[in-house]
Amino acid sequence: MDFVVVQALTGLAGASSLFLVAAGLTVIFGVTRVVNFAHGSLYMLGAYIGWSILTRLPRDPAWFAAGVLLAALATAALGALLEMGLLRRIYRAPELLQLLATFGVVLMVQDAALYLWGPDELTLPRPPWLRGFVAVAGSRFPLFDLVLIGVGPLVLGLLWLLLARTRFGVLLRAATQDREMVAALGVDQTVLFTVVFALGAGLAGLGGVLSLPDGSANLHIDLDVITDAFVVVVVGGMGSLPGAFLAALLIGELQAFGIVLLPKITLVLVFLVMAVVLVFRPHGLLGRPQAVARGAAEALALVRPAVPALRWLGLAVLALALAAPLFAGPYLLSVLTEMLVAVLFAASLHFMMGPGGMASFGHAAWFGIGAYAAALATHALAAPMPAGLLLAPLAAGAAAGLFGWFIVRLSGVYLAMLTLAFAQIVWAVVFQWDAVTGGDNGILGVWPARWAGDPRVYYLLALALCGGAAMLLRRVLYAPFGYALRATRDSPLRAEAIGLHAGRIRLAAFALAGAAAGLAGGVFAYAKGSVFPTYIAVGHSVDALVAVLLGGVQTIAGPVVGALAYTALFDALLTTSFWRFKLGAFIVLLVLFFPAGIAGAAQRLWERGRPA
Amino acid sequence: MLAVEELHSFYGRAHILQGVSFAVAPGAVLVLLGRNGAGKSTTMKSLIGLVRPARGRIRLAGADIAGWEPHRIARAGLGYVPEERRIFTELTVLENLEVGRQPARDGRPAWTPEALFALFPNLAELRHRPGGRMSGGEQQMLTIARTLMGNPRLLLLDEPSEGLAPVILEQMAHAILALKAQGVTVLLAEQNLHFAARVADAATVIETGRIVWAGSMAALQADEAARRAHLQV
Repeated sequence: MDFVVVQALTGLAGASSLFLVAAGLTVIFGVTRVVNFAHGSLYMLGAYIGWSILTRLPRDPAWFAAGVLLAALATAALGALLEMGLLRRIYRAPELLQLLATFGVVLMVQDAALYLWGPDELTLPRPPWLRGFVAVAGSRFPLFDLVLIGVGPLVLGLLWLLLARTRFGVLLRAATQDREMVAALGVDQTVLFTVVFALGAGLAGLGGVLSLPDGSANLHIDLDVITDAFVVVVVGGMGSLPGAFLAALLIGELQAFGIVLLPKITLVLVFLVMAVVLVFRPHGLLGRPQAVARGAAEALALVRPAVPALRWLGLAVLALALAAPLFAGPYLLSVLTEMLVAVLFAASLHFMMGPGGMASFGHAAWFGIGAYAAALATHALAAPMPAGLLLAPLAAGAAAGLFGWFIVRLSGVYLAMLTLAFAQIVWAVVFQWDAVTGGDNGILGVWPARWAGDPRVYYLLALALCGGAAMLLRRVLYAPFGYALRATRDSPLRAEAIGLHAGRIRLAAFALAGAAAGLAGGVFAYAKGSVFPTYIAVGHSVDALVAVLLGGVQTIAGPVVGALAYTALFDALLTTSFWRFKLGAFIVLLVLFFPAGIAGAAQRLWERGRPA
Repeated sequence: MLAVEELHSFYGRAHILQGVSFAVAPGAVLVLLGRNGAGKSTTMKSLIGLVRPARGRIRLAGADIAGWEPHRIARAGLGYVPEERRIFTELTVLENLEVGRQPARDGRPAWTPEALFALFPNLAELRHRPGGRMSGGEQQMLTIARTLMGNPRLLLLDEPSEGLAPVILEQMAHAILALKAQGVTVLLAEQNLHFAARVADAATVIETGRIVWAGSMAALQADEAARRAHLQV
């Protein structure tokens, strides 16, 4: 019984920390409709700034409190700068581009923190009062955790007062529902948005600095925290503060008890809860359906057959690709093989995201399942390579079909978040199931069959498989199924009304995209000779997203162009110092200046002066 | 008060307003009549800045407000009442009014919730009711009251009669006439000719984005040929 009480209290302390981050995220989303991936980075900055401040102050409680507030204010100021410098310019951009731009900020902040504070973990020297304990139910419970337990409800109460009792709060709530109308009534949204963003950033910073006594400032907390915060916000309902509090309690307690009772599968458990909640309440516990932006119905580009010039260009590239083994050395061939894999990976994401309208933040899951299926076929089953390459798309397609059953019910940001959640589940399973997957060490020695051992032969095989699969996806888009898919994207209701089974069509597209990504993973596994959990990590999903958006999501050639350009750019940047900062800056600039991608920009240039 | 010259607006590639010109005199009620899709709502949205006009001038008390941000236009004295009402459903009646509140202008007393409850007695009983739990007629009154809280020089009313029961419609006509008596200038977009005739001094008829008729309300009442050509369905 004592154990239950102490774990419940630990869970409450965890819930408070979760709530601080999630509250900021949900308030920002509610008003600006921006899903701020960089929210975890603000938390991380709060922790670092807090460390810098607190280590310079006297170590008694009053100074500690002052330092905490100062760190939160500093983070709020940084948030305001971020809003004015970047977000303000992309409020009208599609939500995926916003998400991507803020991910660019994540990368930039990581390297900036590395530059300013160095690679080592920074812990706070803890004075006696911070190390104190109180007796609870016969056990010793950390005093600071009791303080944390109080902070969550306190912040919720203060936010509630702000929202219910001030003009700012009324405007904020009104803008959450219909910001255009608020503007038409004479309210300057620029100021409102900046203040809201600063408020959210300040809450993230507060969470960060309050995490110091029990943890440390390090370069990994940004992505750890943002994943947790996404789960809390999505479970609670995006934009709902009470929802965030409820979800934080749920997840906090789940983590506290899970870590003791089921330590191996806590992460899986958390995401499973999220999946279950979303299946029964697609908008979260206390969320409401998002109002469709009025009068802003996006006119999406039509999918037209390629013009002759583009066909000739495509044939020329294909001929060049076929001829590559004649002049390219082994290293170049291995780079080209990776590019082919990247092309199929991007094309498969584009298939569900462009024409399918289902943007995924966890596409690497299917890639990884394909890669691990091939590796396990080779190792555990001692199957020949062709069997492994067959198993890869089948396993990934089956997994995508299974998870897709949950996922295709949602749309927009919720869908993207659920794909992220499933990818994290797959990642956690692979990472923690040492006996089968080798955990962090991966599986080594996944080499191609003897007949394909020559890099030139394997390259041609990759070209046939990846190129062929990408062409097949393209063919599907021009088939009746492709039209039906776009119909369900543009208007699910009207598609249903003319007799299309929207859910089934979306699920088929999702599984097909998953299978194609799985094939890419299988080809990659044999090309590299090994598989690792990083194949499934968020970063890899983002690689595919950047490739698609770089190429242009509304063009058929986009993913091909984007994958080639991104792979080349990535290889060039990776060898330089602070490559994350450069890549992040590149992504941000891409979103700001080329929202239609390379192929989109080229298309516009080509069409200029020609009749539509 | 308001002078619109050669206004052109687009939705994407569709050319909706193709050179709209008209003027509203201070203290007058001008009705903009036209069939569905003629361009009435687009005219209203172009005036408040929710649709950015491609060309043309909009003069409000001397300043050219074409191309301004909506909040600046509202602060310059245009009050917009949207056709869809767009009540903040999670906010109470008083909170909805608070969102609309702006300082007084031109030395006239500022609208207060109490003054508005006198104008729309139905709302007085509902101060703390969330906007989402009100009838259509009550929401229509609230959306007008909310815009009046900004103390506009000129009120843009987009089809306030749409979907209202006759008894509510009568109250609405009373309210508009009361506003006129207090010196508020009104531009009203309507399809309901009877309702328009109750409140308007002058009429302008719009068809496929162009003004096809202009004159006094009485002249339009007398001109059966014009009504048949431009308004009857």
